[in-house]
Amino acid sequence: MITSKKGVRDPEGEAIHRQLVLKKGYDRVKGVRAGKYLLFLVDEEDPQRALSYVRELCEKLRIYNPVVHDIEVRIHS
Amino acid sequence: MWHRDFDPRGWDAVIIPGGFSYGDWLRAGAIAARTEAVERIADCIDRGIPVLGICNGFQILVEAGLLPGALLPNESGRFVCRWVKLVARDPRGPWLKLVEDGQVLTMPVAHAEGRYVAADPRGIEGAPRIHYLDGWNPNGSEMNIAGVGSRNGEVLGLMPHPERAVDRVLCPRGFEPSGRIIFESLASSLREGW
Repeated sequence: MITSKKGVRDPEGEAIHRQLVLKKGYDRVKGVRAGKYLLFLVDEEDPQRALSYVRELCEKLRIYNPVVHDIEVRIHS
Repeated sequence: MWHRDFDPRGWDAVIIPGGFSYGDWLRAGAIAARTEAVERIADCIDRGIPVLGICNGFQILVEAGLLPGALLPNESGRFVCRWVKLVARDPRGPWLKLVEDGQVLTMPVAHAEGRYVAADPRGIEGAPRIHYLDGWNPNGSEMNIAGVGSRNGEVLGLMPHPERAVDRVLCPRGFEPSGRIIFESLASSLREGW
């Protein structure tokens, strides 16, 4: 999951928050951040090893831009 | 030249043009930034060969970490295509040699991902910069940044298109063909140094 860092403006998230969520009265929602979701299918028996494999490639291939993005890698089964 | 055929030997300067690469998937420039051609361009930079990135070329240089910061989708969420007014600050190096500090330039922009975010604003302080004039920022860039260079100006990236502003016949009323000065600067620099 790739999201904008805190402090980096996210116009898509802001528009969803203001124009949709708040307008329809869901005012307990204090913020929306839009991001990108990538699902990697990995040929690996051990979930922890699959996790570190994908973490490594995200860093080395710069799947996210550390200047402006946060990344969260987790197991999905 | 097709990127797979790029051999850096024998070239005086490298220009990565605008357009699209790999469909702009992931982020504009992110996939191209990991190609062999860009690794070779990084070697060119180490050897002091001038490198210019225009539009998608700027995005590629930023994604490759060869210029600071990041370029995110425009604040409007839309592609913008229009002429803008710019001002050069601390110009130096082969691409801006003939440009004076504070000189106003006009060129068109045409991009969807041009909102510049500086990792650390101090990182670009004193580096050659091209800013949108107040009121002309088309994408929500921080500090009105339209382009930024390496400290010595040998590497320069910018979102506006100087190559589309080289002849008066291409300019709408009220705008000047000031992209020309970038190529004239390079010609002068290659002849006489910078």
